Amino acid sequence: MTQPVLKVENFTVEYWVDGNWYPAAIDMNFEVLPGKVLAIVGESGSGKSTTGLGLMSLLANNARTSGSVQVKGVEMIGANPSILRKNRGNEVAYIFQEPMTALNPVYSIGFQIVETIRNHFEMGPKEARVRAVELLTMVDIPDPDKSFDKYPHQLSGGQRQRAMIAQSLACDPGLLIADEPTTALDVTVQAEILDLMRDLRTKLNSAILLITHDMGVVADLADEILVMKDGRTVEHGTADQIFNRPVHPYTQELIGAVPILGHSAQRVVATSGTSKPSPVLVLDNVTIQYPKRGRIPAFTAVKNFNLEIFPGEIVGLVGESGSGKTTVGRAAIGLLPIKEGRIEIVGTDISHATQKELFPVRRHTGIVFQDPASSLNPRLPIGESIGEPIFLAGIAKGEALNRKVEDLLDQVELPRSYRNRYPHELSGGQRQRVGIARALALTPDLLIADEPTSALDVSVQARFLDLLQELQEQLKFSCLFISHDLAVIDILCHRIAVMQDGHLVEVGDRDAILKHPKDPYTQRLIAAVPVPNPAEQRKRREARLTAKHS
Amino acid sequence: MGKKSNAMDPTADFSDHSIANLETKGLSQGQIVRRRFIRHRAAVGSLFLLGSIIIFVFSALNLHILFFHYHGWWKYSTTDLPELMYKNCPNDSIGCPTLDVIPKFIDGTGVGLGAHPFGQDDIGRDYFALVMRGAQRSILVMFIIGIIAAVIGTVIGAIAGFFRGWVDAVLMRFTDFIITIPSIIIGSVIGFHFGNLGVMFLAFYLGMFSWTGLSRLVRGEFLSLREREFVDAARVAGASNRRIIFKHILPNAVGVIIVSVTLLMSGAILLETALSYLGFGVIPPDVSLGLLISQYQDAFTTRPWLFWYPGIFIIIIALCVNFIGDGLRDAFDPRQRARLTKRMRTRKVPLENQGAKSE
Repeated sequence: MTQPVLKVENFTVEYWVDGNWYPAAIDMNFEVLPGKVLAIVGESGSGKSTTGLGLMSLLANNARTSGSVQVKGVEMIGANPSILRKNRGNEVAYIFQEPMTALNPVYSIGFQIVETIRNHFEMGPKEARVRAVELLTMVDIPDPDKSFDKYPHQLSGGQRQRAMIAQSLACDPGLLIADEPTTALDVTVQAEILDLMRDLRTKLNSAILLITHDMGVVADLADEILVMKDGRTVEHGTADQIFNRPVHPYTQELIGAVPILGHSAQRVVATSGTSKPSPVLVLDNVTIQYPKRGRIPAFTAVKNFNLEIFPGEIVGLVGESGSGKTTVGRAAIGLLPIKEGRIEIVGTDISHATQKELFPVRRHTGIVFQDPASSLNPRLPIGESIGEPIFLAGIAKGEALNRKVEDLLDQVELPRSYRNRYPHELSGGQRQRVGIARALALTPDLLIADEPTSALDVSVQARFLDLLQELQEQLKFSCLFISHDLAVIDILCHRIAVMQDGHLVEVGDRDAILKHPKDPYTQRLIAAVPVPNPAEQRKRREARLTAKHS
Repeated sequence: MGKKSNAMDPTADFSDHSIANLETKGLSQGQIVRRRFIRHRAAVGSLFLLGSIIIFVFSALNLHILFFHYHGWWKYSTTDLPELMYKNCPNDSIGCPTLDVIPKFIDGTGVGLGAHPFGQDDIGRDYFALVMRGAQRSILVMFIIGIIAAVIGTVIGAIAGFFRGWVDAVLMRFTDFIITIPSIIIGSVIGFHFGNLGVMFLAFYLGMFSWTGLSRLVRGEFLSLREREFVDAARVAGASNRRIIFKHILPNAVGVIIVSVTLLMSGAILLETALSYLGFGVIPPDVSLGLLISQYQDAFTTRPWLFWYPGIFIIIIALCVNFIGDGLRDAFDPRQRARLTKRMRTRKVPLENQGAKSE
């Protein structure tokens, strides 16, 4: 039997908070064999990242670790700093979530790779450079010789992550710890990075410890899976076991909550009349430009965009980061001025409206923002945040306002007593419900939802989507649902619009877009979405790769 | 802070779930800050000490404010001229302090105040009364400068940060212009022209020039807060600019304002002292701590108490304000720096935490 690269026994991490020790990871036991991928899965706060960092004693000062962590037979817990230093980078390498912050912006990527190499080997700068270019070639960075001298900001997100991987591979480590390596990336880029990691594993025979919350990524890469909840190991088994025969109820719930592309029921728009109703939102040939500031030239974020949303309809707007979908959403509600074209909400032209003219239109619109932590005023109790639109519209005051707020809280299934709580006392999912309650306070005709689930865990996301669907069926508002996650759009939307680089690529019924996409970009986007099922994902991957090579 | 009152509003309809409400009542932002502040021992001690000093100093002498007359507990005023004391003074000096803090069993005289605990000045005025009046002046100057600078700095910073564009450019260039003039020069010019109008005017004009640092901080805070999504949410809800500034952004910037005003106040007390020492601040016959030091700096070798007592008061007041400011800064800063001792490192996990906390 081969010796495991990493062997973890009774590993516990605790944090010192407010005069007490709180355990973040309890009694972890696992090992990773060379050439294998172990995935640690769990929702936020389950202690998965803490475990990853704790393995090499990279935790903050207020943490303590106990138990045993052996890398190729060498004990790491309580090891003296020089042993740790020798092992970091050399035996164990990290890939972090956000390559922009993990790479130093004032040094070229080549310099940073050379630094790692020369820290561990006796090597001259010229040889190190040769080796670095070799590594950059290995991770498929275009034009490695030139890219060597580029700075992190000159590379795209995917290329940056590739550079990070090249750096972590500099010393042929026996173990790669990848902490959410693709979370900050778009699906198409994510697919490429996952291909690369799979490739490297077979080429270099290193073990990978993959830490992620994305079941699709896990299905794509993992041999073994360890499910964590509240710091404890809930279930541990092979990928096949976990995905197809989960034993623990939490694992079942977790896998059940993952939205799967192309598996949701048919959705029909409930129309009230027989004749075609007039649209709630019209975007006619809209161009949006961020004006030039100082020496930065003007930037056209959206160009010649056309979209109509009819009553009772949910339209999904998909696109990768930087495609301009959020810009469209904000302009549609009058938060951004437009340069050309025409925007109409419920029959009112708001293309060039002033703040005062927008005021009556505000009653017909609501918006749910992406980040629930930032979209609620931290100094206001949530009851006041929810009641503000009603108060400002002059509909209710005092006692009547209180009752309305309580009704809204009931609607989004939050206890009424939460009215006096502050946002920081609520969990992410609860805060997002408050966001919905506020957006629906005036029973708007149009709701803009800007990535409302991207900051939520899958199980919370599932409940949130159910709630949104129920509310939509009840209140019959139209909705522009902006998301990068096709599976979520699939569950919720009647029609889908696809955006790329500020242009509308394709728009049509949900099934038409998802099953028979016409535009090549849409096809690529759909093919890149990982499916949380190892067998099916393998099929999809092979289909995608043959499509790419042919 | 003020928003917390809503939770206790007796008119609110809690009757049907008042028990649930009690159980789930969380901590407001203000309560959290207060808790963290109380944990900062030096700051709480300073707050207590400063409060005591203010009460002590202001109750010592007679006060006449419009129709309000208060009779101080100290027997002398700053204008009384009791007989100069010669007895028992070191180095043949005059008017030495009679305060004795060394107990009887050491030097045989016992603890006591005596007739003039801080001694007397050249013409026999009671030095304790003079120091009390000086400290009153200094504290008054500190608060007036603090309040005026806080109001002007917050308003200018808030307007510049919120509206940006040309408004911001004009206001910030104006601020830059004022920053370029050293405050000691402004102070001396003001002191020279308005010093004879009394200490209130001096403080008022000094306040008019000390808001610059604060306004820049507030502007920065507004620039970052206005981009937060809750501001957009408020705008979509139909809130006016005024409501967004005062209801949504300002309460979130309160931490920065309080902390920087506190530190500004400790600077103000030193500015007043420095100006009075140079002769541009408070003008005799009025008294201030800086003025006392400057008047008796020649006497340092022969009658050091004339130097020490006002000096000690300046140091204690400035230090207290600084510590309070420090404590406030720590309380408003969400990133707590927990220092771990060895004993804590090895402490067992209490049983109730074993289930691990999520987040």
